[in-house]
Amino acid sequence: MAVVQHSTKPVDAGDETAGRGSSIPRSRLRLGDIMRVGALGLRTRRLRTGLSTLGIAIGIAAMVGVLGLSASSQADLDAKIRALGTNLLEVQAGSGFGRGTGELPDTAVAMTSRIGPVTAVSSLTTVSADSGGTVRRTDTISEGINGGLSVFATDPGLLDTLHATLADGVFFDNATASYPATVLGTTAARTLGITDVADGLRVYIGGQWFAVIGILDPVEAAPGLDRAALIGLTAAETFVIGDDLAPETLYVRTVDGAVDDVRGVLAQTVNPATPEEVEVSRPSDALAAQEAASSAFTSLFLGLGAVALLVGGIGIANVMVIAVIERRSEIGLRRALGATRAHIRRQFLTEAVLLAGAGGLVGVGLGAAVTAAYARSQGWTIVIPPVALVGGLAAAIVIGGVAGLYPAARASRLAPTEALRSN
Amino acid sequence: MTAWSSTLDVPALELVDVVKRYPGEPPVSALDGVSLTVDRGEMVGIVGPSGSGKSTLLHIIGTLDRPTSGAVRLAGVDTSAMSDRQLSAVRSQLLGFVFQQFFLLEGMSALDNVANGLLYRGVAPAERRSAAEDALARVGLGHRLHHVPNKLSGGERQRVAIARAIVNRPAIVLADEPTGNLDSKSGAAVMDLIRELHGEGHTILIITHDRELADSLPRQVSVRDGRIEHDSGPHPVGVGSIEAGG
Repeated sequence: MAVVQHSTKPVDAGDETAGRGSSIPRSRLRLGDIMRVGALGLRTRRLRTGLSTLGIAIGIAAMVGVLGLSASSQADLDAKIRALGTNLLEVQAGSGFGRGTGELPDTAVAMTSRIGPVTAVSSLTTVSADSGGTVRRTDTISEGINGGLSVFATDPGLLDTLHATLADGVFFDNATASYPATVLGTTAARTLGITDVADGLRVYIGGQWFAVIGILDPVEAAPGLDRAALIGLTAAETFVIGDDLAPETLYVRTVDGAVDDVRGVLAQTVNPATPEEVEVSRPSDALAAQEAASSAFTSLFLGLGAVALLVGGIGIANVMVIAVIERRSEIGLRRALGATRAHIRRQFLTEAVLLAGAGGLVGVGLGAAVTAAYARSQGWTIVIPPVALVGGLAAAIVIGGVAGLYPAARASRLAPTEALRSN
Repeated sequence: MTAWSSTLDVPALELVDVVKRYPGEPPVSALDGVSLTVDRGEMVGIVGPSGSGKSTLLHIIGTLDRPTSGAVRLAGVDTSAMSDRQLSAVRSQLLGFVFQQFFLLEGMSALDNVANGLLYRGVAPAERRSAAEDALARVGLGHRLHHVPNKLSGGERQRVAIARAIVNRPAIVLADEPTGNLDSKSGAAVMDLIRELHGEGHTILIITHDRELADSLPRQVSVRDGRIEHDSGPHPVGVGSIEAGG
């Protein structure tokens, strides 16, 4: 039996026509309604929504957290490097077999300061415990109980050369450097129970009382100073050793562009006789290496976060497939009410995107919170890269879209009669 | 107004030699040359045992399925050559469905369920709700607007579904076993409501296996083995039916 007629012409068109031989206004679903329809399934299945959102949230939180933490720690290291300056060089006398005596020539400071681009030189020398380099609160405490503190002899320029700062009191000047006065490192001060220079306290170094005139902040360039008592070179020679003290370590500050040039000539200058016994390093390099190491970990954790995200995305696809099966009759009803295939497809796609987007939002918040909490506990400045926030949300939405693609297509392909069949 | 409002003289439904065959070995003929004309304002019971083809007939009249051959005209609009998207438009504009299982969406109020009847016509939400409120008042549920379906009795749910079916002022209301899931008392109340709507000019087709119910309707069409076995013929349409429709 052939289809006989197309005789009935479309009726009066009215104002809006669907074209293609029909006078019926086409089905329309407003943008706001797409969102509302897409959110409906999420509102009515709260537990499932919550759980599948959680999957994405964990992945996003991991990634945002990793990016935030690495940015925060990096910012912290950057700040340290900046405080330290990349133009600081450390010169040490080699020690051990074939490496020298552990001492630099007495002329080292004077020679180094003659290098053109050098702006400051300071020396630091260990006053060994054997030769009286012990710090005690009083002379009644046994010499063996020194709290792990050491004594260094130095010159008044050290503070500026290292860009170190004082927590309290003053540093040596040319006068006090030859008097029995000491400046304590931060840990040393705490160990000795000294918090305030104004108390006029003294400590017992070697066989002599030294007045505490200053307390240092933590010194980034030379962390060893935190556990030390500093005394003037002359004072050390006069009151502790009773002999000349050869410099052991030099700190050299150079003009910014000339670090490498200075580095090249430093060993020769410091010890013209045996330059191979001199070790020159740059303290900021250690921090830079730390930074590089932490960024390697960042990529590892980012990878783990990506895996979590992938699993979350699969979870959403799974939930959406189930939703399409469960909501067959809803699909049928909507088709009966005039929904086109595209409307059905958009509904489920929107639902998946909303699901993942909500997870992304929660994850971004969680990741930022974790970053803030950890950074605060470490005393870092909180740095959360905006790209991580925007990227995290965008990634979640893209994942939702991809995860929803197949379930949505499946929903839209369902024939209305099939969808409405009761069973 | 609606696309079909100017077509008073055109029948609400015309089926011309409709055949529906499902492929297979051997092919199954669900409908085997059905022709049927329903005028505007009529109320017709399509009755037949299960397997008679009445559900297929409902699907084809409702443009949810296409005939293998033959013509389906709704308010004069020929749907035979339409695309899936155009058929969707026909459903949103010309048809209202009432199902045995109600098919109300959980998680939204009666009002929003009824407003869904206008969702795919792109009507603005406020307008949808106000039309839905009128429709709910019409079916006697003006006091239940904000109840969710599972807080309503079966009879009330079906009345919500009926309100949804008439909210878009369709050319034809298709009711598939509208009382099938209801006890006899609420079933009777629902039938009373449907009769009232018919009295106001709605064109209503009721598909049922219940001969008694069909016999209470002005016109019965019996279907068996995919053919129309008996048609009591267009009833002299009740007074008031036609003019109420225009």
